[in-house]
Amino acid sequence: MTIFFERRELVVPGDLLAEGDYEPGENVYKEGDKLYATRVGLLELKDGKISVIALRSFYVPKPGDIVIGDVVDVGVSSWAVNIRAPRLAVLRATDVIGRPFRPDKMELTKILSVGDTVIAKVKAYDRTRSPVLTMGEPGLGKVRQGRVVRITPSKVPRLIGKKGSMISMLKRETGCKIVIGVNGVVLVRCKSPEDEELLVEAIEKIERESHVEGLTDRVAEMIRRRKGLAGGEAQADR
Amino acid sequence: MPAEKPRLIDEEGRRLDGRGPADLRPVHIEVDVLANADGSAYVEQGNTKVLAAVYGPKEVHPRHLSLPDRAILRCRYHMAPFSVEQRKSPAPSRREIELSKVIREALEPALFLEYYPRTAIDVFVEVLQADGGTRCASITAASLALADAGIPMRDLVAAVAAGKVDGILVLDLTDVEDKHGEADVPFAMMPGLDRVTLFQMDGVLTPDELEECVKLAIDGCKRIYALQKEALRERFVRIRKEIEAGEVEG
Repeated sequence: MTIFFERRELVVPGDLLAEGDYEPGENVYKEGDKLYATRVGLLELKDGKISVIALRSFYVPKPGDIVIGDVVDVGVSSWAVNIRAPRLAVLRATDVIGRPFRPDKMELTKILSVGDTVIAKVKAYDRTRSPVLTMGEPGLGKVRQGRVVRITPSKVPRLIGKKGSMISMLKRETGCKIVIGVNGVVLVRCKSPEDEELLVEAIEKIERESHVEGLTDRVAEMIRRRKGLAGGEAQADR
Repeated sequence: MPAEKPRLIDEEGRRLDGRGPADLRPVHIEVDVLANADGSAYVEQGNTKVLAAVYGPKEVHPRHLSLPDRAILRCRYHMAPFSVEQRKSPAPSRREIELSKVIREALEPALFLEYYPRTAIDVFVEVLQADGGTRCASITAASLALADAGIPMRDLVAAVAAGKVDGILVLDLTDVEDKHGEADVPFAMMPGLDRVTLFQMDGVLTPDELEECVKLAIDGCKRIYALQKEALRERFVRIRKEIEAGEVEG
């Protein structure tokens, strides 16, 4: 039983991670008794399970996920929503209005039309079918204000932080409203354009530096320094 | 009228560009070079320059092309009109269509297509400058672009061509060497798994020579594989170094 890399070491597809009686976790596959990485990321070992926290990946839906997406098509009794997953998601009218849908009595475009951004929840998903969304709960619905930022989905946990430490810090330091979709789409709404710019920059910084420790402090530093500058004289070299 | 054949190997065994028979051309690799693609890579091998872009997995349009149990891999190999000395028409040639298929078949074994039924993974490779070994550089670049897109892979695919030129078995042929040599053996493999995904031979070789060419190619692929891995790691390593050196704000 040997592991060829250290915990949190950067690995790439094809890297032989370990040999022996380990269980293959996320982004790891096993052939015989050899375990290999399938994505670029950081090695993780927990309870005999070897996995890779991907630094480059795309979103695969899970029931219960809160996601943010764009309506790309309108049908007879449902909409097609792009949630940046391999398949387009389906949002049925009954899951929006909360009661059975009568096509003759209601026109879909009056509720949602192409181009609208929505916050929804994944109701069902399996590999063989399109993901099904619902908007029938509080907190979900059409987005009317705010700005959308996209990050790699595998970095969403980093954006939330341990027990929400990162996102609470961001909300506290910038005073903005933030909704994070598990699919890597983040909605921000701030009191001023400057706050919005700063928050977007902070989110991009988190995405870029997520693999280096001490991130929460670094980001908090950056925000405080910028706000300090903005409060005082004009920022000459921005 | 065929061009006059130049002397490809001199008395000291040096090739036209000064290389020894088993020397690779200088390789330069960059990953994540295109903002609009899900994954991308740029590879230079000597004077050959290729750019690869990957999109997906995503819905397949037209629907009837999709498969119920796996993703389809679509590949387009294309040479830019300015990639060769005499302007090449932008329309796909038979050679480009064939190479598109060859490249797709060289990449497929590395992907877990069964993970994403009813979707497509699209690979585009554009040759910006052609000086021999374009299909191999394309495979090398496409493989990195797939990894950059976060598409799960069994291993990276590395490719290089071996061949025979002026009676000598060589590695990584340039265009002149390919045109005037005796044989060209494009070769691709997943070096971590010792699995071959492309093996072509164009020319005249004895069985022993072919075996030697394969040995040369395997060795070449392993060297390119190391460079591919370094390129994937590079950005993250650099960011970490910058932060640790205190060069980054915060």
